[in-house]
Amino acid sequence: MTPDERLDATFAALADPTRRAILARLALGEASVAELALPFNISQPAISKHLKVLERAGLISAGQDAQRRPRKIEGLPLGEATAWLEGYRQFWERRYAALDGLLGQLQAKPPKSPRKRH
Amino acid sequence: MARMLEKAQVSLPSDTQVRVIRDFKAPRALVWQAHTEPELIRRWMLGPPGWSMPVCEMDVRPGGKYRWRWRSDETGAEFGFFGDFREVDAPAKLVHAEHYDPGDVGGAMDASQPTIIQTLFTETAGITSLEMIMTFASKEIRDAAVSTGMTDGMEMGYERLENLLSGLN
Repeated sequence: MTPDERLDATFAALADPTRRAILARLALGEASVAELALPFNISQPAISKHLKVLERAGLISAGQDAQRRPRKIEGLPLGEATAWLEGYRQFWERRYAALDGLLGQLQAKPPKSPRKRH
Repeated sequence: MARMLEKAQVSLPSDTQVRVIRDFKAPRALVWQAHTEPELIRRWMLGPPGWSMPVCEMDVRPGGKYRWRWRSDETGAEFGFFGDFREVDAPAKLVHAEHYDPGDVGGAMDASQPTIIQTLFTETAGITSLEMIMTFASKEIRDAAVSTGMTDGMEMGYERLENLLSGLN
């Protein structure tokens, strides 16, 4: 794959919420297909399909154990810990950006003035 | 003049803690209100994209209870948090205990042991600094909580992701 194709595959892989949830789970440690299927309301074959997309994008790999073939996360170049914490930071920043907006509105309209809306 | 922290910063002070800091252009009485009044909380305490917050009950006094629930617009699935206030010192300090309510969503977090969340509000020259320290019952529970947030954060952070992935090739 060329670098561009790789990036396309990675973004396509990340465009699905189930696949992002699988990655979040694997950030905690490797897991088998059965273990990954557990929290989702979908079949193991459907999970396997998602895993194939993630594997193709190089985001995860399958382990050596022939029975379990545990999947693990791969290739987060900043280090898993940094990426992991950055995602959490963005979770809060999204809320705080909304809070910025709310605080701006509250200060533009002093709370004591009567509401004109009907 | 101190520089304003316009974006949230996250750090891990210990194995069981997460610390989030952020500044706001507003007096702290107002930031306090936004953290304690239900009709204001539900305007910024966003769930995952596509989820609304139908339940937000707050009884802000020591021992008072609270309950938050988010609902998926698409599937109707719900999850939330509930708990009680341990320390209320308006508008400077709020400490609450938080239990995860897995609802229809599930999740590995053990609801029997609460997370203790301390929020400090300080104001300098009209800028309010918020410091939130979450202390989880174990490292495993903390790591699971941070990973759950990661899934939501990714919805917003594609431009960051591009930086992150540029070293992959």
